[in-house]
Formats: sequence, C-alpha cells, structure tokens
Amino acid sequence: MGGTDAKDILGLPKTPLSLTQEKKSRPQKESHRKPDGISREVYALTGGVAPLMPSIDVTQLKRRPPADEKVSWQWLPFTSSARKDDLQLYHWVRVVNNVPPTGDYNFAKYNKSVDILNYTDEEYENHLTDPVWTKEETDQFFEFCHNFDLRFVVIADRFPVSRTVEELKDRYYSVNRALLRARAQSPADVANHPLIKEPYDITRDRERKRALSMVLSQSRHQEKKDAEILAEAKRITEMRLAARRAEEPVVSANENAGLDKADGVVPGSSVSPSSNSQLPATAVAPSTLTMADYASTLASLRMLHVYLRTYGLEQMVQAASSAVGLRTIKRVEQTLQDLGVNLKPKVPTKTVCDEHLELRKEILTLLNLQKQLQYKESEGSSHREGSFAAMPDTPKDRVFASDPFSFGAERPIKKEQKRKGPGRQADTPSPAHKRPRKMKASDL
Amino acid sequence: MTSSSSSKKQAQDQPETSEPTLKSLKTKMTKSDEKKKLKDIEISVPIVYGNVAFWLGKKASEYQSHKWAVYVRGATNEDISVVVKKVVFQLHSSFNNPTRVIEEPPFEVSESGWGEFEIAMTLHFHSDVCDKPLSLYHHLKLYPEDESGPLTMKKPVVVESYDEIVFPDPSESFLARVQNHLALTFPRLPSGYNLPAPMQVDDTGKKKRGDTKDHSLGQWFTSFSEADELLQLAAARQQVQAHIAKLRRQISVLEGQNQTIKTGSDL
Repeated sequence: MGGTDAKDILGLPKTPLSLTQEKKSRPQKESHRKPDGISREVYALTGGVAPLMPSIDVTQLKRRPPADEKVSWQWLPFTSSARKDDLQLYHWVRVVNNVPPTGDYNFAKYNKSVDILNYTDEEYENHLTDPVWTKEETDQFFEFCHNFDLRFVVIADRFPVSRTVEELKDRYYSVNRALLRARAQSPADVANHPLIKEPYDITRDRERKRALSMVLSQSRHQEKKDAEILAEAKRITEMRLAARRAEEPVVSANENAGLDKADGVVPGSSVSPSSNSQLPATAVAPSTLTMADYASTLASLRMLHVYLRTYGLEQMVQAASSAVGLRTIKRVEQTLQDLGVNLKPKVPTKTVCDEHLELRKEILTLLNLQKQLQYKESEGSSHREGSFAAMPDTPKDRVFASDPFSFGAERPIKKEQKRKGPGRQADTPSPAHKRPRKMKASDL
Repeated sequence: MTSSSSSKKQAQDQPETSEPTLKSLKTKMTKSDEKKKLKDIEISVPIVYGNVAFWLGKKASEYQSHKWAVYVRGATNEDISVVVKKVVFQLHSSFNNPTRVIEEPPFEVSESGWGEFEIAMTLHFHSDVCDKPLSLYHHLKLYPEDESGPLTMKKPVVVESYDEIVFPDPSESFLARVQNHLALTFPRLPSGYNLPAPMQVDDTGKKKRGDTKDHSLGQWFTSFSEADELLQLAAARQQVQAHIAKLRRQISVLEGQNQTIKTGSDL
C-alpha cells in the first residue's frame, strides 16, 4: 500500500519506469503524487505508479455530470451487428435529455473472426486434390476452421475422422499455398507471402514437438548428465579450436606470443577436425573437481595425434590445479623449489613426467592436510577455552602457521621425533619454528 | 647388429621411396588392419633441439658476428627421419629465404648473423605416422649468459632443450615399420599381439646416414640423462610422503582429543 511512502522514507526515486519519464507533463504529475479523482488506496492498487496506458481517463473520474443534462435510465431493446438473426434483447440504457444513445451494441466490435479462404469446386479439382484427403473431408475441415477460428487443437478434437494436429495444419497450409499460387497473377507476386517463402514442414513440426516433450519430461538426473557432457564437449572443442587457430600463423615469430594469449579462451561452437599444432601454453577452461579431469585431459591429448611431452605434462598439471586457487598453486611451486625440484623437468621422459605429476599431487594432498590440521587445532582449542578467539588467523602466504595454538598440539609430536632419532632429517625442521624453508634436498 | 642395420636402411629411405613401401604394405594388409589403432600404446621419440653458435672473432663484421646452427636431432643421436619427413625452419624475416625446408637428415640450418630471435621449427611426419605437423620454438642464443666475460672463438654458446614427441595412437603400419628402430622408444605390445614383419626395402642407392653420431658439432652436444632428475624426484616424493604420514597422525590425535573434549562439555 505505501509503495510511494516507503520510497519516500528511503529516499529512493519513485519512478522506476523510464517510459513514463519520457512523456512530458502528465506522467510527472502522476508519479509524484496521487492523482485527483481516485482515492489513494485505489491508486496504490495499481502499484502506486501510473499505468503505461491509462485505461481510465483519470480526470473524468470525479467529475460530476454537467448540471444542465437530465439523465435517466431506461430499459430499452437493442440489436447487435454481431448477430446474424434479428434477435432483440433488452438492457438498461443511460438516457440523456431523453435522447437514447445511438450506435451499435458496445461489445459488437469484439466479434472478430479469422478470414478463411474459400475455394470453389473447380479450384478444388484443379489444385487441391490430395491422396489422403477427400473433398468432403476437406470441405468439412474448412468449415470447422471457420467455426473454430483456426484453433487446430479444437478442430483436431472434434473432427470426425481422427487426424493429428500436424496433419491438419499441413493440409490447411498446403491448400492455402496452392490457392495463393493459383490465384496469383504471376509467381513473383506471391513469392514474398510468408506461406510461400517458408512453407510448413510437417516432419519438422513433429520433430520439434517430440524434442520439446522429451526435454520437458527429462528427469533431473538426466539433465545433469546432459549438462556435464555438453561442458565436456565444449572444452574439447575449445582446445581444438585454439590449437587450430594457432596452427595457421605458426611461421611468424612475432605473432606467436600474441596469438597464444588471444586463443586462450575461444568458445568453439562447432567441432573442428582434429588439429594438432603444438603451442607452448594453451589455456583450457577447467570444469569439475574430479579424476574426470585427468581422464578428459588424456583424452584430449590423444585426440591431437601428436604432442610434445612437455605440453602433455603442462596440461596434466593444469588439470590437477584446476580445482584449486592461485594461492595454492603458488604454494605448490614454492614447495617444489624448496625440495630442489625443477618446476619444469629438464629431461622430460615419460618416467620423469609421471613422477613429477605424482609429486605435485602429493604436495597438494600435503597442503590440504595442513589446512585440515590447522582447522582441527583451532577447533580443539576453541573447545578448550570455550571462546571463539581461536579462529585460525594465519597469514596465508606461509606454508606453516606460527600461531600459538600449534605449540599446544606439538608436544606429543616432539616426543615422536625424539623417538625417531636424528637420522630422520625430514622432521628436523623442528616444530618450534615450522618455517617455509623446511626441506632441502641437501638435508638428505 | 643385423636388426639395426636393416632398420637403418628403412630409415634412410627418401620420402619418395617410402611411398612404394607403404603401397606394398597396403596390398599385403587388409583395409581394416591399416586403419586399426591400438589403445593405450604410445610411441615416443626423444629429441633435442637447439643451437650452437660460434663467435667469429677477428673475422666478425657488424652484421655477421656469429656463425650458428639450429637443429633438431634425436636425443641419442639416432636417425629421426624414420619418423620425420621434413622440418621447416622459420627464421627471422631479415634473412634471405627465411623459410628453410630441410627434407633430409640432419635437420639443421646453418647461418651467420648478429641477432637473437625466436625460431619456429615445424616437424612434418611421414603419412603413416601423423597427418598434422608439430611445432617447436627455440630462442637463438649467440651470447653467453655471463655478459662480462670475454668472447672466445674456441668455445661456442650451446643451448639445447630435451623433449619427446608422443604419438598416443600409432597406427599398425607405423608400428610395423619402426619396430626395433633405435631413434624411438617402442611400447610393449599386449601379449599375443603380432605385428606384420617389417618390409625389406631393397636399397639400390646409397643413402646418406641420417644419424648425428658423427656430426661435426657432436662434441658440443649435451647429453641428457633422466637419472639425476629421477633421483631428485624420488627423494622429494619420499619427503613429502613422510610429512603427509606425520600430519595424518597429528590429525587423528587431535580428533581423538576433540572428541573427548566434546563429550566432556556435553555432560
């Protein structure tokens, strides 16, 4: 009710419709205060905004009839042009100064009907014969069309011979088309008529309806699967398209760098034939978090028919990192460096690449576990202290947390280390200061 | 070694004569065999590509200060023309005929110049190997990393990169042709799988050897070994795994603790 009031309080502009602001004076007035003539509540029923096309002439509403008119109501007969017979009905009529209103019945204008072409018997013989439809049937059909205003569904229902809706439509449109052609002075005249330019295709219509009902009746599960498959296909075509695009100007050294970046994400709408030119780095849109990523990367590599092992490794690394954020990727790289491992193997044989990939995966697991541990620790201490002050607040760029809570949990670990003895270098970056530079190859 | 010599003969086929080889293979094999590709079998060809550059010293002029050679070779210096039909080197546009097509091993281009730029090498393979070409990119290096040191005519600047060409879906004809060739790593075939015997090609003309074992620049070639890297990776993995185990223990300990605390506070 208080639409404008609420907007007033909030200080919001009251006319969301720019259309009303285009007109000049009247809409302005109407939007900022309720118009005279109708009460505020009634006006608010329309949403507090003037309708786009005011159906009521608002200024007329509260106007009183001019005093010199004498108005009476009379029970008078009337006829309607909409009726074909001469039936006279009666209704109340507002009579002004003893002059009854003239003109047709007010509602006769709504009696619209569809114009149906009518054919003569001769025309039928010449153009409209059809193996499936008899003349009587066609005549009856057209009468139905006229009666039911071309509502094919109703006609199909009532037609004595059972026909599908598509068949009826087909017959109707082909009859019309034939008649048009026959009656036209020359073919050129009718060439632009929509019936001639785009004829009704019954098989297409059937297919369309079938497909529509299939989509409608799809279970949710099916929908998900379809979406997944489409995403997969899109990814693969994107890869192919990007690789193919870059294949063309491979000769010019200068173009390469720019092309790599530009082709990174190009949506491929059609499947291009398998294309194999190698780029140092093509960006592939990552999708889901699962092992499916590896499998699909392998599949797309195989599609290339030939590729460089470094490229293959890059793709697999990207697949592995697709589910994680940039920060984590940086941490993985930092860890690799700390371990003395080249970020890109210098001698990328199959074994080396496999090992490298496994190492990266293990590092990801490691980082996940660290996060888990932090979380558990904070959980534990918050339980102990009964407060929420123990929210893990570690700076994210450090591999290990240095918050005080870890000390509490570390006591058991210290014992373990001592038991293991000095030989285990991997654990020596001691718990007291778990620092990022923990592991070096030289530690071994 | 008879097998290698016979495969060498095959490898030294010019593209023209390899065609008849293929055709006669076709008549021997059925249509379905030709098209058949095996699953999960890949052939990889280890290659090394890069450049060697000599400073010309007193013979150097402003525009010709270095003599360099850019190339693609087998990593073990074996002949890769068994797989590679030709290599197209795309040089800087300031060179005469910047597009150099090398159809015979050794696949290299020698030039003299003064500038460093990126070179694209497109490898085209034989028709039974792969339809699509593969591109490699190498930045030509003339000047040593150590900028302050004096230039010497004796030792060249060498930059090489190791990589492997992977054919994930080799055709049977390809497999048959290259079995026992030293330039590539041949996969282990599923047991009971029999490849047709390689065609014996009569070698009427004496072909140039395609391997780079006695190459004039051979002394500067880098020898790449995966051993060091493997060692490093294994060590790293071990460390990470140990750390993971430790963390897992810690987490389970904490979970135990948390549980007791929880139940304690519930009371």
